[in-house]
Amino acid sequence: MNAIPEALNALPVLGIVFQFLGYVVGNLSFMSQTTVAVAVPIALAALCGAVCERSGVVNIGLEGIMLTAAFTGWMVGVAAVGILGRSDPLPVFGITPPLLIGVAAAIGIGMLVSLLHAWLSISARIDQIIGGTIINIGAVGITGYLYHLVANQSLIGAGSFKPLSVPKEVADFPLVGWLANAVLSQGPIGIVTIILVVFLQVMLFRSRWGLRTRAAGEHPRAAETVGIDVIRLRYLNVVMAGALAALAGAWLSMEHGSKFDANMTAGRGFIGLAAMIVGRWTPVGAFGAALLFASATALSASLTISPPTGDLGDLMARVPGEFWEALPYIITIVVLAGLIGRSIAPAADGQPYERESAT
Amino acid sequence: MARRFLDGKVLQSLAEPVAAIVFALLAGGIGIALFSAYVPGHSAFDVGLPIQAYQSLIGGFASANGITSTLVYATPLALAGLGVAIGFRAGLFNIGGRGQFLIGAVGAMAVVTWIGRDAGPWITIPLALLVGAALGGFAGFIPGLLKATSGAHEVVTTIMLNYVFLFVMAWSVLGPLTLPGAPQPITVDVSMRNGALPILLGPNGLIDFGRGGHVGLLIALAAVPIMWFLLFRTTIGFEIRAAGANPDAARYGGMKTRRLIVLTMTLAGFMCGLAGATTLLGVVHEMTPGYDTTIGFDAITVALLGRSNPIGVGLAALLLGAMRAGSQAMQIQAGVPAELVDALQAIILLFLVVNVLRRIMASRRRRPGSAAPAQAAAMPATGGAA
Repeated sequence: MNAIPEALNALPVLGIVFQFLGYVVGNLSFMSQTTVAVAVPIALAALCGAVCERSGVVNIGLEGIMLTAAFTGWMVGVAAVGILGRSDPLPVFGITPPLLIGVAAAIGIGMLVSLLHAWLSISARIDQIIGGTIINIGAVGITGYLYHLVANQSLIGAGSFKPLSVPKEVADFPLVGWLANAVLSQGPIGIVTIILVVFLQVMLFRSRWGLRTRAAGEHPRAAETVGIDVIRLRYLNVVMAGALAALAGAWLSMEHGSKFDANMTAGRGFIGLAAMIVGRWTPVGAFGAALLFASATALSASLTISPPTGDLGDLMARVPGEFWEALPYIITIVVLAGLIGRSIAPAADGQPYERESAT
Repeated sequence: MARRFLDGKVLQSLAEPVAAIVFALLAGGIGIALFSAYVPGHSAFDVGLPIQAYQSLIGGFASANGITSTLVYATPLALAGLGVAIGFRAGLFNIGGRGQFLIGAVGAMAVVTWIGRDAGPWITIPLALLVGAALGGFAGFIPGLLKATSGAHEVVTTIMLNYVFLFVMAWSVLGPLTLPGAPQPITVDVSMRNGALPILLGPNGLIDFGRGGHVGLLIALAAVPIMWFLLFRTTIGFEIRAAGANPDAARYGGMKTRRLIVLTMTLAGFMCGLAGATTLLGVVHEMTPGYDTTIGFDAITVALLGRSNPIGVGLAALLLGAMRAGSQAMQIQAGVPAELVDALQAIILLFLVVNVLRRIMASRRRRPGSAAPAQAAAMPATGGAA
């Protein structure tokens, strides 16, 4: 608060804005770290969506993939603890064998469910949005059913990964230190996500796979003409992308929290799809959009933990808590609607590809 | 109709849903047996458990009380299912049923809370239903307008709005609609304020049959033919279907497709809001901040299963209503969680959309190239970027 001169804070109306800016700067350390953390599953979902849609397959089933992976990872972690017993975690990330097994299982099931979506979209050629919705309904039903069965037993899970601890001297350094802390004090899935954003950005636009993927998504018939196996490529992309959505699920039940909860994805997959659209189907753009959506959550968390004082505090006290909880969803809608004609999907997005018959 | 029946068309259109349901029950049975070890009192891979579960599921709806509760469950499913179906007809995918339902319930609650005591049931109930449905319509209008003006995909916006309305509902129950002096935040009981729907089927009702069948059933019963008439016998209905079948042709034919999108989404929201209002006034009677519903997703199943035909939607709502009614008995008697119904829904839809029956028939007749028959009438393309 001291960063802003008192005279500015006292201005009518504008003063509130300055007070708000002062509050944000004052809590930037906490908020930036939370923003990156909250953005992780959204960004992973957006990456999954981008890899699928760049090759021409719409995947709204990724919410269901996340949920299935979150449940499977947690359950397999429980089983692994039962078999292997508890062991001391490694100093870095708090890694234990059961946690790693859980993540591997999550990725495996995510790719399997993705394979189903790939088959529905590419081979069975049903409407891809309906196919994705069926996966979402099924994921809610099956994880809900199994969770109901085991919920009453006091199961010991594999726990959760720990974030990297950035030295306090670095973390407290204004701005640069805060940002370094924000990016680095994440768990392994968070760190991997940031690496994946850069990696996939380069791969999509600088590699042979990326060129082929974009060709399959823009003009599959032309791609097939120059010898690209569109069907195989789409299968490959959708199944690989399933691993990304599965990581988002694993983050929910093994990094952010340490247990599964019914419907714990809470629309994050769909926010991820919105982030992908806002980020114009590029990994870096999608990550930026995910950060924007996440910042609303971080702000509301910060307002709860350290409420502002003065006029700003009076104002904030009058805003109901539900408003802050709804804010990420509202921002998603507003940003999505504001992109009039500026965000254009791959041309063949959502259209099944049919080879010309040999006859 | 009789002629079409003789041609086997009606029979044929029934065969696929029935086959899908049979396949789903088989798959569900395997699933139950696979995890039977977690059900108290059962060994691993207990083949008897699925039989026991399905027996109690059927027993749950095949009785006077069961039939009534089937009808009670089917009422909002039919209303919201019609809301999703009309969207499908126009090529729009309304996943916002959950939010539209909740805001419809909030609207009805507000009317009952504020005017119920003074106005009497004859004014309160119709007004509450209308306000609830209108708020639901508004909740559908927003994504419709966004789609028509900015092209924001309705799948993403309706789902985001579901969460927004979930918080709006929690806020209203904690704030303006809260019952003063109650130990926990809760709204007033609508039956205390002239707001409860009259009971039609039940010991105190017009017909002594089962218990708790409210007059919302009649609303759903009327809505099915009205929606059928709207879709198949009016100009608006023709335009909606044309816009769904081929938007470009509809636009070149001089239809105002943007206005149709807004109108259809509003109508879809209206039906889901009406479902919420009737459920509040007829069944749940009061709301807590945590009130929620699975109607939004169930309505999608109902619309797809009913092939987006209002009469089919009515039948599908009865089927799903029976499953919901039976699932409670199944959970209590056989210890098999009621969430099985959600899983069964997905499996039914899966078999239905991939046309398992037709695939099998096609391969038996050895007709190559007919693996993916047109399903345009039932499921118009909602494609494009999500």
